[in-house]
Amino acid sequence: MMRGKYVIAGIGHTAFGSLPGRSTISLNVEAVRNALADAGVEKDIVDAVLVKYPTSHFESIYGQKVAEALGLTPRINCVVDQAGASNIGMIGYAAMAIEHGQCEVALVSFADNPKTGSRAVFSRSRDPNAVFGWFGVPAGYAMVARRHMGEYGTTHAQLGAVAVACRRHGAQNLRAQLKKALTIEEYLEQPMMVAPFRRDDCCLVSDGGAAVVVMSRERARQLKVRAPVPILGFGQGHTAWDVAQRPDMTTTMAKASAATAFKMAGLLPKDIDVAQIYDCFTITALMTLEDYGFCKKGEGGHFVEGGGIEFGGRLPMNTAGGLLSETGMPGLQLVLEGVRQMRGEAVLQVPHARTSIVSNQGGVMHTHATLILGQP
Amino acid sequence: MTDDEKAAALRPPADPLGDQFWQSLKEGRLTFQRCKHCGNAWLPVRSECPRCLEADWAWENASGAARLISWVVYHRAFHEAFADRVPYTVAVVELTEGPRMTSNIIGAGDPEALKIDQALRLVIEPDFGLFVPRFTPV
Repeated sequence: MMRGKYVIAGIGHTAFGSLPGRSTISLNVEAVRNALADAGVEKDIVDAVLVKYPTSHFESIYGQKVAEALGLTPRINCVVDQAGASNIGMIGYAAMAIEHGQCEVALVSFADNPKTGSRAVFSRSRDPNAVFGWFGVPAGYAMVARRHMGEYGTTHAQLGAVAVACRRHGAQNLRAQLKKALTIEEYLEQPMMVAPFRRDDCCLVSDGGAAVVVMSRERARQLKVRAPVPILGFGQGHTAWDVAQRPDMTTTMAKASAATAFKMAGLLPKDIDVAQIYDCFTITALMTLEDYGFCKKGEGGHFVEGGGIEFGGRLPMNTAGGLLSETGMPGLQLVLEGVRQMRGEAVLQVPHARTSIVSNQGGVMHTHATLILGQP
Repeated sequence: MTDDEKAAALRPPADPLGDQFWQSLKEGRLTFQRCKHCGNAWLPVRSECPRCLEADWAWENASGAARLISWVVYHRAFHEAFADRVPYTVAVVELTEGPRMTSNIIGAGDPEALKIDQALRLVIEPDFGLFVPRFTPV
């Protein structure tokens, strides 16, 4: 049984926001330096480096460039491309590789600089459909949101409730790129951008990096790691087909991803105390909560209303602000906050939280990965 | 941006099957592919059947009847070629024969009043140097 046998031994990140002049390699190195320091270990014990390539700019052998900058010659070194699901995907691959003797201590790292560099990747056409004006990432998610609204009666105010919760939490997080709370009235007054989405349905564009150190619980004990957070479960599910081609637009393989992770952890949704749910767009978090089984399909709108996902609610979600408020980086910030909650070191610490679930997803709900964490 | 510049910027990438798809539209027909091996019908164009993986298929003409799966309304242009077209509607439609495709909804009045699953029919319009398959409410 792998449940609890592997841990996140250290977490690190850079500042979030505009970081002019910083290369993605430099941001990766800073995040890794901080993660190693947090774990209290030297870099020489690292023998695996797994990296998600910068979303804004693909580079060949990028993982090796990061390893070189870290001064390492690892046994395992790769870029994994599962878009926004990559980081939890890589944490799972790291645990499995250690389990099978392929490596002992793994770094999982990501950095990007689209805010001060190029953000063109987020508005490009969805070929070969440029002639229809089918451009940009937000429109893909807006297409899913509209179908959800039509099938289940989900409202604008319910989408807005996700943004309000994340912004409320982010406003209390000194690291957050956007520290400005949002009321539902302010949200509803915003003009449409790509209807049914307004600006604040959409995540931030951010420079920054983050990294985690993965090793066995036993190795962490030997190294006297301060607060190793056990990985209770992980899983993946890939819807793969593009939005227009999915027979069902409002259910994704997030469901299979969570089922795999819950089974490994021996837990059910009711056992989860705090959630970090990927919120690149408001609909993403709302649908993930449904697919994870926190509520029935179609009831996500009701679930997020009335403060249910806010600090003090029945399932506090994105307690550091998520992609809508802390940083737009694709996923590792959510893992870091899940770790802090389990250590009891979060700014908005959920009292007595013993389990934390984290979701990562990417493309337009093409990819999904789930992580369940327990207490040190 | 001139009309020629827009057409060049938006032209689908060169592809032998894609070229046949767009040529048929020029002749007034929206076509899709049907597998001779398993009967599966699909769009967008691809060289193997995504159900049985065989490469033995034929073009078929769509009747033009479809239903609206979902739609978005662009109030901001993400490309210069659409700067003078906002607001405009992009939709996912399902042909009666089964395949789904990305398209536009035209002639709908207020696009916020559209309904999922409502009936649509095909309208082929010359635009951007192509003949573009769009849909309008029945």
